[in-house]
Amino acid sequence: MLAKRIIPCLDVSAGRVVKGVNFVELRDAGDPVEVARRYDEQGADEITFLDITASSDDRNIILHVVEQVAEQVFIPLTVGGGVRTVDDVRRLLNAGADKVSINTAAVNNPQVVAEASGKVGSQCIVVAIDAKQVAPGKWEVFTHGGRNRTGLDAVEWACRVASLGAGEILLTSMDRDGTKNGFDLGLTRAVSDAVAIPVIASGGVGSLEHLADGVTLGRADAVLAASIFHFGDHTVREAKALMRARGIEVRL
Amino acid sequence: MSQVAVIDYGMGNLRSVHKAIEHVANGATVVVTADPAQVLAADRVVFPGQGAMPDCMRELDARGLRPAVLEAARSKPFLGICIGQQMLFEHSEEGNVPGLGIFRGEVRHFPSERMVAADGARLKVPHMGWNEVWQKQAHPLWANIPDGARFYYVHSYYVDPADPALVAATTDYGIPFTGAVAQDNIFAVQFHPEKSAQAGLQLMSNFMSWKP
Repeated sequence: MLAKRIIPCLDVSAGRVVKGVNFVELRDAGDPVEVARRYDEQGADEITFLDITASSDDRNIILHVVEQVAEQVFIPLTVGGGVRTVDDVRRLLNAGADKVSINTAAVNNPQVVAEASGKVGSQCIVVAIDAKQVAPGKWEVFTHGGRNRTGLDAVEWACRVASLGAGEILLTSMDRDGTKNGFDLGLTRAVSDAVAIPVIASGGVGSLEHLADGVTLGRADAVLAASIFHFGDHTVREAKALMRARGIEVRL
Repeated sequence: MSQVAVIDYGMGNLRSVHKAIEHVANGATVVVTADPAQVLAADRVVFPGQGAMPDCMRELDARGLRPAVLEAARSKPFLGICIGQQMLFEHSEEGNVPGLGIFRGEVRHFPSERMVAADGARLKVPHMGWNEVWQKQAHPLWANIPDGARFYYVHSYYVDPADPALVAATTDYGIPFTGAVAQDNIFAVQFHPEKSAQAGLQLMSNFMSWKP
């Protein structure tokens, strides 16, 4: 049976892994190659890099990071953050990324999803959706870290990008992100049930049980988490042991 | 010194394949090449692929690589990966295009009506992630890889060989499908050994020492 995936997410700024503490203070958390290798050894199924480099001068640094990691870590690598054009997608894939995630650019110009998946294949294109609940059973797509409303219904938007050629959806609840209260399971399930492509649940993981809930109750195909792994609270291996104990198929 | 050619017909990034083979090359030289002469001169050949099969076939011919691929598949240790496996067959449902026709059989899309898990949940397509690979014949490329080991898959189409004797492995996803085929000097896989951590590196290491 296909295993449910656990994906640690690393924030990268100017070539270094950084950890946010309450979204204010960014602390250096090491060399991306070392951190990626450590997660690989713990049994991570994929690794996601989110490039949060503020200065546009430093944006090409992520390409070197991807090159170095892809030379030494032989599991799938997804890269997102600031991806605007098909050329951006190509550059990251050529550097060694297996998938590239597109967020704001897809909202601004949905055709970029069609164009990118047509050029490099759906399997390389992840659309990242940041959503906030606006009414019972209704979620709206936001951009810019939850500041800008788009007027798009999250479930409808997910269906739209799937039909445009996205191969996967990375779904983040902006209500839950950073809270450690667990995924927004209603949102996760609504999107996962609506689309025929895989959905990665993100935002809010505070315990290993939350990861398992994302799969069993949210029906996610994969679960993504950052802080729970970064700060040494838990390892990927512990997460998989708990998921298996709850009857979830995992790669051990 | 022994040389491995990774065939580059312009369909995306071959860096991962290149680096993974280099990782297990044990002194062999690895070249990524679009030059038919270099393919013919190599001791071993890796035939990767990603994207859509119609584009892959078109680009292969645009670079004049078809004769070199056919010759390598006839005479050298040959490893096909993903679309590089699918292209060995007669025909694909994807874009309704002919393949190289080295093996008889069809490349098919996962049947949507069968994409249901045992618990009733919908199985997503593409089939993306780590799934169990069940070995259907003893083969040197399976050395030190446990039966049922998980490899990383990402695909919506799979090969359906006319000759069941070709099947070297199967995987279950709604239906049992062919995950690997083998015949003489050819071994070809639907999954991505270059992205399959230890199991994948072991398979590629086995390929590097294979003497068919």
